Amino acid sequence: MQKFNKLKSIPAYLPIVNIDTDMIIPKQFLKTIKRTGLGKNLFFEMRYDDQGKEINDFVLNQNPHNESKILIAGKNFGCGSSREHAPWALLDFGITCVISSSYADIFYSNCFKNGILPIILEEEIIKELSEYANRKEEISVDLNEEKIVYGNNEIKFKIDTFKKKCLLEGLDDIALSLKKSEKIENFENDLKNTKPWIFND
Amino acid sequence: MSTTLYDKIWNDHLVDQQEDGTALLFVDRHLVHEVTSPQAFEGLRNSNRKVRHPNLTLAVADHNVPTTDRTKGISDQDSKIQVDTLEDNCKEFGVQLFGMDDKRQGIVHIIGPEQGFTQPGTVIVCGDSHTATHGAFGSLAFGIGTSEVEHVLATQTLVQKKAKNFIINVNGQLPLGVTSKDVILQIIGKIGTAGGTGSVIEYAGDLIRSLSVEQRMTICNMTIEGGARAGLIAPDEKIFNYLKGKPMSPKGDSWEKALNYWNSLKTDTDASFDQELNLNAGEILPMITWGTSPQDVITIDEKIPNPESEKDEDKKNSIERALKYMGLKPDMAATDIKIDKVFIGSCTNGRIEDLREAAKILKDKKISSNVNAMVVPGSGLVKEQAEQEGLDKIFLNSGFEWREPGCSMCLAMNADKLKPEERCASTSNRNFEGRQGRGGRTHLVSPGMAAAAAISGNLDDVRKYQN
Repeated sequence: MQKFNKLKSIPAYLPIVNIDTDMIIPKQFLKTIKRTGLGKNLFFEMRYDDQGKEINDFVLNQNPHNESKILIAGKNFGCGSSREHAPWALLDFGITCVISSSYADIFYSNCFKNGILPIILEEEIIKELSEYANRKEEISVDLNEEKIVYGNNEIKFKIDTFKKKCLLEGLDDIALSLKKSEKIENFENDLKNTKPWIFND
Repeated sequence: MSTTLYDKIWNDHLVDQQEDGTALLFVDRHLVHEVTSPQAFEGLRNSNRKVRHPNLTLAVADHNVPTTDRTKGISDQDSKIQVDTLEDNCKEFGVQLFGMDDKRQGIVHIIGPEQGFTQPGTVIVCGDSHTATHGAFGSLAFGIGTSEVEHVLATQTLVQKKAKNFIINVNGQLPLGVTSKDVILQIIGKIGTAGGTGSVIEYAGDLIRSLSVEQRMTICNMTIEGGARAGLIAPDEKIFNYLKGKPMSPKGDSWEKALNYWNSLKTDTDASFDQELNLNAGEILPMITWGTSPQDVITIDEKIPNPESEKDEDKKNSIERALKYMGLKPDMAATDIKIDKVFIGSCTNGRIEDLREAAKILKDKKISSNVNAMVVPGSGLVKEQAEQEGLDKIFLNSGFEWREPGCSMCLAMNADKLKPEERCASTSNRNFEGRQGRGGRTHLVSPGMAAAAAISGNLDDVRKYQN
């Protein structure tokens, strides 16, 4: 997994609440058997008209937001379906940091498996940061220091220590868990005794 | 210390817990489907890893399968590749698969319970948010992403943090024509789509206990629409009777041992919850959604909301946006909404009792000539049962189409979809923009309400059609 440390970008602001994963990447693009190539279809229905032409009003079609690495959005971002195609599409587009006042649980967890940092901030701060998107000014995200620097201001954010470590070091979850193989085996052996029906024995 | 049902299942599955609370949880049952698994199997292959417990894993293709004649296979090339890929992966990794021509094939959350694969007290995961359905059996069941699917395939465990405990008590009796679908829509309307974020919801109260196993599944299924990780209900005799004799249920001595354990699965009387909501079932009415989020609910007697009467700017904008997308006017009566299509099916309402409920309303009646309607049974076994009971005849005689099982128009990944601006009364779970097809307009309702809408040609009150 790609490491996440520091990031500087002009953010893009999408002032919509409850952005669901169907909106982020509609179902016709879930037929892929790959993780890559979804960026061009990110926010497909808001981004393209019926003829497949870019809709100029949509923020990610506008320069310089078409190159934003940071997306600021309304609360409850990523609700709905568990599709990991949503973070894959964001990542493929180039967005590696999302800022919102809240996220749906599955989407939030999916971000960390893909090197994307989802930051939670108060709505008031989000309004302030969105001004930087409107003025096309850069903001900086520092994961190690858990802070965002914007203009002469800075704001701290909180993140789970284990998730932070995994992002900073780009750690592979499966390899980490397999280091606990012995514990898994012990658990399974106990289970065979206490609940034999689990293994259909 | 007193614990909740969720606490008990959680504690019983802890393989490891770090100091920061990050836990490794054992997974007893893993359901796999074609859309969220190809990249996971590919990951295993690239790292030379195996599926740790193929016998705890069950696969089925449901999202992409055609619901019309299947003898010619799948015509959409991308869908076909995905379904074929699942088949190849299952063969390579030794995972049991119900193929498209197997009568046990169906929606992943319907076949799990049908086979007895779903059991009380287990941790069940699947790369699909509606995995919450299985919570009806007193299991901890939740949706995961594809990276996590790979993690479970490789390790039979999942990295998790404990969620909060949320209890929803529903007491009293439901009025005639009101169903568990109306109960869960009412709950989502009350707590909102983020109301359950970070929590596991336990449903309790005498109304919940009085519900059948299938009605409980409808409630747990849509828990994710309230943002919660999972929803569960303490298992009881109804659950045990349902599971007895199912192909994958424990047998003989194992059954007795399992039953003994399952009987212990309940929240202690003095356990405390982080959040609580109490509802009176007697006050719940037939519900519809009017907007583009499952929290946008009103009763069939109510009017469409007016953004002008909303003070909160975010909410006002969101109502305006939803009304524009849905092509509705503020303050119009719900029963004035004309519909083009009706969809009965999905993991929310595609089981035999759902079909019986709709058929009861449709018997000896014709659907409106302006409406196109279809029933997609949740599985091959549901379809077979319905045909044995003659329900297919009732649907066909009324003007419904009778289809093959799958997810179908709930998410419109196959050929079943709405055209732009087409309006559908649907028994599914999501009314998001574009969910049933680009520009399509979805109103979520119960199976009886869907049948009533089909007859009237507009959203209508199912109570009108009760005998």
